[in-house]
Amino acid sequence: MFSIPTFLDSFGPLFWAARYTLLVSGLGIALGLVIGALICAARLSGVAFLRTFAALWVSFLRGVPLLVQLLLVYFLLPVIGIDVPALVAAVVTVGICASAYISEIWRGAIGALPRGQTEAARAIGMGPGDVWTRIVLPQAVTMSLPALINELILLVKASSLVSVVGIMEITRASQAQAATTFRPMEVYLAAACIYLMINLCLAALGRYLEHRMAV
Amino acid sequence: MVQASSVEIRGVNKFYGPFQALKDIDMSIAPGKVTCLIGPSGSGKSTLLRCINFLEEYDSGEVRIDGQLIGYEAPGRKMSARKLRAMRRSIGMVFQQFNLWPHMTAIQNVTEGLVRVRGMKKPEAEARAAEALNKVGLGDKMGNHPSRLSGGQQQRVAIARAIAMEPRLMLFDEPTSALDPELVGEVLTVMKTLAAEGMTMVVVTHEMGFAAHVADQVAFMEKGELVGMDIPDRILHQPEDPRIQGFLRSYHERNSF
Ligand SMILES: Nc1ncnc2c1ncn2[C@@H]1O[C@H](COP(=O)(O)OP(=O)(O)OP(=O)(O)O)[C@@H](O)[C@H]1O
Ligand SMILES: [Mg+2]
Repeated sequence: MFSIPTFLDSFGPLFWAARYTLLVSGLGIALGLVIGALICAARLSGVAFLRTFAALWVSFLRGVPLLVQLLLVYFLLPVIGIDVPALVAAVVTVGICASAYISEIWRGAIGALPRGQTEAARAIGMGPGDVWTRIVLPQAVTMSLPALINELILLVKASSLVSVVGIMEITRASQAQAATTFRPMEVYLAAACIYLMINLCLAALGRYLEHRMAV
Repeated sequence: MVQASSVEIRGVNKFYGPFQALKDIDMSIAPGKVTCLIGPSGSGKSTLLRCINFLEEYDSGEVRIDGQLIGYEAPGRKMSARKLRAMRRSIGMVFQQFNLWPHMTAIQNVTEGLVRVRGMKKPEAEARAAEALNKVGLGDKMGNHPSRLSGGQQQRVAIARAIAMEPRLMLFDEPTSALDPELVGEVLTVMKTLAAEGMTMVVVTHEMGFAAHVADQVAFMEKGELVGMDIPDRILHQPEDPRIQGFLRSYHERNSF
């Protein structure tokens, strides 16, 4: 029998655990945006070494599952003598993984800009700095917003993976809860509801931004 | 009257890989004159036009604006980016697809270059931009984004963006080809005004009426070669070269009904 009280009681602790989910995905995307921008810049730069480095970065991080990356970092760091809290290691790993996808989102947005946009700027004598900051980036950032929101939704879901390194986010908390209540179905259903709520909010934000940018 | 530039093109060649897009082009354009470039698709008209402001890099030969070589310090040695930008400031360009910046309003499109390139203060730039937009008849559309303007209006904003920079030479690459027929006139009117003010203009166009009535000289290109260049009447009405005759015949066939 489905126990409605257990289902409802699960929400309290799981909401509390959601702060880690939001922390890991929020900081993860922030870090991913910064590193992604650098990787994208390297990928588009004229320096062959940087281009190769960026290409390898992207293909490694996209080719290896995040779960494996997390385990690698978690077990590798102590071996090479770096002692950081699991939470920091998790955020950094998630951010680095996201940077690979984000750099590709930005590269795509920049590549989608018609050539005429930069030609018009160069034709009036605008320098490369202004061409980037005034013409290319504002348009590329706006164009990439829906894809970035989508990436953030993926990260919220992927953050369940950091449970393997012991972080008490929604998924890990619900495992613990299920074990003590012997009511896995009620608890996991509550967890599913919380994930859904977070992501429906993000999707709504995405629609709002998309609506606003359609001038 | 504007201060107008001369353009001198000598032996210009341009290759895309093994394909030669421009073959030994010579052309002289005196200050204040209007030159129309006509010819079949793929003949190299755009390529030649874009060599004049070095958006397209020619491989050999010389393009001189007011006697100054553009793109190269000396034959074979590239000009610095900074010097090239300085030369481009006085060359306006208008594109077939307008190429307005969609994230900026009409007036922002015009002030952008004044502020970023000419280093003007914003109020001064806005006054100048408003003046340019009024001149092309868009004083009431200054706050519109390009997506809220018709094609003809967008192209006039693009012209305002160029003339606000006070160019001495204007390059037009099929400025009316992307427009619905009923919008062509408003753009040509603005171009005629510019011509009457003494602007040096190089115009790639399929508008034979404009070439016949406004141009001082018409150049016909085919397969990367400059086949002939003369006053409009001699090219458009009594061409000697069979290639020009053939082009005009097919043009008239397409445009008669
Ligand atoms: N970036 C490029 N790479 C390779 N070939 C090119 C490139 N740009 C132009 N060409 C070729 O050069 C030739 C001349 O092109 P251009 O655009 O100057 O022709 P056009 O006379 O302007 O034609 P249209 O009337 O269709 O605009 C064409 O055969 C074209 O395919
Ligand atoms: Mg062309």
